[in-house]
Amino acid sequence: MAVYSDKVMEHFTNPRNVGEIEDADGVGEVGNPVCGDMMTFYVKVKDNKLDDVKFKTFGCGAAIAVSSMVTEMALGKTLEEVREITPEAVAMELEGLPKNKMHCSNLGAQALNKAVDDYLSKQKVQSNSKSKSGKRKTKTRD
Amino acid sequence: MRVYLDNAMSAPILKEVRETMLPCLQEVSGNPSAFHDWGDAARETIEQAREQVAMLIGADTEEIILTGSGTEANNSAVKGLALARWSKGKHIVVSAIEHFSVLQSARSLEKMGFELSLVPVDSHGIVDPDEVRRAVRKDTVLVSIMHANTEVGTIEPMAEIARITREHGIPLHTDAVATAGTIPVDVKALGVDALSLSANQFYGPHGVGALWVRKGVRIMPLLDGGTQEGGRRAGTENVAGIAGMGKAAQLAREAMQDRMAHLLPIRDRLLTGLPAAIGHVEVSGHPVQRLPGNASFLVEFIEGESMLMMLNMKGVAVSSGSSCMSRALKASHVLLAMGVPHEKAQGSLLLTAGIDNRLQEADYVVEVLPPIVDRLRQMSPLYAKFEKAK
Ligand code: FES
Repeated sequence: MAVYSDKVMEHFTNPRNVGEIEDADGVGEVGNPVCGDMMTFYVKVKDNKLDDVKFKTFGCGAAIAVSSMVTEMALGKTLEEVREITPEAVAMELEGLPKNKMHCSNLGAQALNKAVDDYLSKQKVQSNSKSKSGKRKTKTRD
Repeated sequence: MRVYLDNAMSAPILKEVRETMLPCLQEVSGNPSAFHDWGDAARETIEQAREQVAMLIGADTEEIILTGSGTEANNSAVKGLALARWSKGKHIVVSAIEHFSVLQSARSLEKMGFELSLVPVDSHGIVDPDEVRRAVRKDTVLVSIMHANTEVGTIEPMAEIARITREHGIPLHTDAVATAGTIPVDVKALGVDALSLSANQFYGPHGVGALWVRKGVRIMPLLDGGTQEGGRRAGTENVAGIAGMGKAAQLAREAMQDRMAHLLPIRDRLLTGLPAAIGHVEVSGHPVQRLPGNASFLVEFIEGESMLMMLNMKGVAVSSGSSCMSRALKASHVLLAMGVPHEKAQGSLLLTAGIDNRLQEADYVVEVLPPIVDRLRQMSPLYAKFEKAK
């Protein structure tokens, strides 16, 4: 599979952090099966840092490698540092991606960011509801 | 084990074919248009090949136009037949599952002012002849329907379609690239007016094909600039390639029944074995009206390229119509036309057997694919959703 770098092939063959986190603090889902790509990222946050990151991906070899690489890059990072994981940075870590596969790296970065957003918005809901009524409300996820 | 099941994309060239071609490349080869012994020799080689190709499809020798590929034959047929009738009307009819060399040629004609009607197919990829009847009009100047579709293996009811076009006096072209040399093809029995074929599909070289046009049917040449092929296709001939195609055609005609008898059990082992070994896998295309070497599937919840990459690691070569596989990132127009939903089309898997394959190779695939599918499903959010919904 000469179109992909050794690094992509390595992550595709042995993807890290595949799975779901049952009690995730944030979940980010991007893409949709109708256009062929779909990624779901789960994050667990502790002391403002990503304590655990897992993914599930429906997509090509690059999409799987990207997901795996993103989880590796994100683990242990602060919520601010995580924002610096751009599609370009992911592609670079993977020693490049074919041109028509760059959108797969966009998806990876997006899904991670969305999971972090999800966590932050829940925090807000929680602190708002705490300050208003003193009761904890949990936002229901669809 | 190394298992090559991508014969529709590229098939091996037979030894006899190679041996026929080599002298054409080694010895001084004259230009077939030249007036000397060298030219005569090259011309003889070409004419012999033309006859072999004609015999393969039950045609007259002088009706064969030698081309540089099946794609060129399709381009010449669609554009050349329509443009030759330009003054009679500007409406053409093609099926929704044609090869891009037919579809894009039709689109080019659209840009020139032609009107295009796409005939739909059913969920098995069959063109309903009644749909062709409904599509043709007074000003229709060409109908082009493929004889069989490589991607799903479905063989179309050409003779019935031809009855309709003949009633209306409209020329009918068929792209027989998937069938000529693979299953019996007889232009008279099919009742068509023009037919395209490609040499590599029957173990001849790449870059050679032919277009058969019934005597008396006018066609505008695609390539101008010489009197080769009776002025219907200019350009100095690829003598070695043509000689190879001729030999391959002769061998295909002689061995056709044996080859089909060899391919069918391999195909059927795959068609029954894979859905039995893996859940949520279905055969795409027609169960019976099907090319002898074609085993195509839809594997749910996962994507074709990743399956293909893992199969490659196990030494198995196949292909897929997933959008991730196409440069344009578009899902297979064939599967979509059959009504397959997008996400299911992503899991397209196509295995095409050839004469070099053995039954044990099919068994090997049935053995190695289930754990691959399993692995990818464990990674798939779609599968997780499906499992939770259960
Ligand atoms: S997921 Fe479709 S190209 Fe990568």
